[in-house]
Amino acid sequence: MTALAQLEHASRRFGDVLAVDDVTLEIEAGSMLGLLGPNGAGKTTLISLLNGLRRPTSGSVTLLGRSPQDVRSRQSLGSTPQETALPPTLRVGEVIDFVGKHFEQPMQTEALAEEFGLTPLLKRQAGALSGGQKRRLSVALAFVGRPKLVLLDEPTTGLDIDARHTLWQAVRRQHNAGATVVVTSHYLEEIEALAERVVVMSGGRVIADDTLQAIVGKVGVRQIRLRTPEPTAVGALPGVARVETVGADSADAGELLLYTADSDQLIRELVTSGIRFADLAVRGASLEEAFLTLTESDRAHATRASATRPARGSAQAANAQEVTR
Amino acid sequence: MSTMSLAMLHAKYNLIETARIPIALIGSLVFPALALLFFVVPQRTVANDPLFATQAVISLAVFAVMSNALFSFGLTIAENREKPWDPYLRTLPAPGLSRVLAQVFSTGMLGLAAIIPVIVIGGIFTAAEAPPVRILAGFVALAVSALPFMLIGICIGYSMPSKAAIAVVQVVMFALAFAGGLFLPPILFADWLNTLSKFTPSRQAREFVIWAVQGGELEWWVWVGILVWTVLGFAAALLLFRRDEGRRYH
Repeated sequence: MTALAQLEHASRRFGDVLAVDDVTLEIEAGSMLGLLGPNGAGKTTLISLLNGLRRPTSGSVTLLGRSPQDVRSRQSLGSTPQETALPPTLRVGEVIDFVGKHFEQPMQTEALAEEFGLTPLLKRQAGALSGGQKRRLSVALAFVGRPKLVLLDEPTTGLDIDARHTLWQAVRRQHNAGATVVVTSHYLEEIEALAERVVVMSGGRVIADDTLQAIVGKVGVRQIRLRTPEPTAVGALPGVARVETVGADSADAGELLLYTADSDQLIRELVTSGIRFADLAVRGASLEEAFLTLTESDRAHATRASATRPARGSAQAANAQEVTR
Repeated sequence: MSTMSLAMLHAKYNLIETARIPIALIGSLVFPALALLFFVVPQRTVANDPLFATQAVISLAVFAVMSNALFSFGLTIAENREKPWDPYLRTLPAPGLSRVLAQVFSTGMLGLAAIIPVIVIGGIFTAAEAPPVRILAGFVALAVSALPFMLIGICIGYSMPSKAAIAVVQVVMFALAFAGGLFLPPILFADWLNTLSKFTPSRQAREFVIWAVQGGELEWWVWVGILVWTVLGFAAALLLFRRDEGRRYH
């Protein structure tokens, strides 16, 4: 297989922030690549290096053998805006025509509208569309030029389940018809539905690059919450990948968060160890928590005992439902 | 597709977008014609004098071109910088040049649309007159002297958010219009104001177009001024554009 796009030791800095940090990546023709990571991991910046919006601060990026800044290389590229940003006064048909006219062999407006369920909306102004309809149009625009490589940045953010599934089906059909697709998401569910190969990013770096099955196995982490007077003993149990303490100032009975791949086994260990505990609760970890565990388990073997640190509040718990598995 | 045909494509959709909110056009399209109708036509001493009437029509034509260039470039750029549609368009296979040309074309079309009523009203209700060839020369001169205004508009658009840009464009527009003798002829100016006036691109544009239409002597400060404003404006626009690339997102 040949590489459609390539990053070689590419970094992109914004002032003090290193948004993409020494990334080397090949995107092969015919693949369906998922780019997974929490918000701020550098996914969108990576996409903008591929679509020519930004240049790397160091390293190199090639798109179909050329620089992404070269107009000719973008002739085979399809992309979609992250936010729903369509010009509100233009009609749906006009937007598709307008974008299609940039390409040598665009899809027929009617055919594209049919594929993405936009046919009844062609005469509607983009400003009058619902959120889901705008998303469908945005994603459809990525395919209008019959591109070889399609970059979908958070294609279904903010959509309900039905709309998300409809869009995924359309993207899968396009992929089966030959398009190479890169999709970014912070929903594991979305990556599972679309990707064959998954690249996990965190803090601007690629921390994992593997098949979908392998990645799902790695980030399928569960969180156990309990109160105990003996946090050090609990943290030292086998199978604990990471420990956080909640409310570190209330020293007498601190609450602990444990992350583990197998919560059932860990609870068995906990009970047989005879350590006192109370208020046990188990749930699936959010993707962000799973990433932290994944990154820390790489370097934390030596420092397991000192890994106890204050929890970062409950904001993460809010999106736990979305990625619970 | 070629750069030029893509420029026409983008210009077409710029105009469609603008035309869908017609009220946005009223200010720049109708105001110059209204100003001529209310301030020049009733003053028969001016309106009945072919020389002064022609100069008044030219002044308001310059005003029409100036306000279109400032609004179109200043506001469009400031607004686009805030909308994610613009970065999306930059991922399409169209060179940056075709998008700049598109903006020039669509602004030029709107400018033309604003000038025509001024010329029609001037021709019917005043003694303004000029042979067709001279009118044509006047259009060319207008296009040339519009360059500094477009560049000033670009600088405003890249240096501030759209809400600030609306206010700044209006202040700049009226200041340049008055100081440049577009509303009141410079003959009525005090000496100090007349001296100041010669440094403004609006005054230079007015004298340049008058020279193209009525002939006579082109004073050196007119073309030197237009040249200096164009060079300075271009340099500043380039600087702001480059700085914007890194700052827009963080």
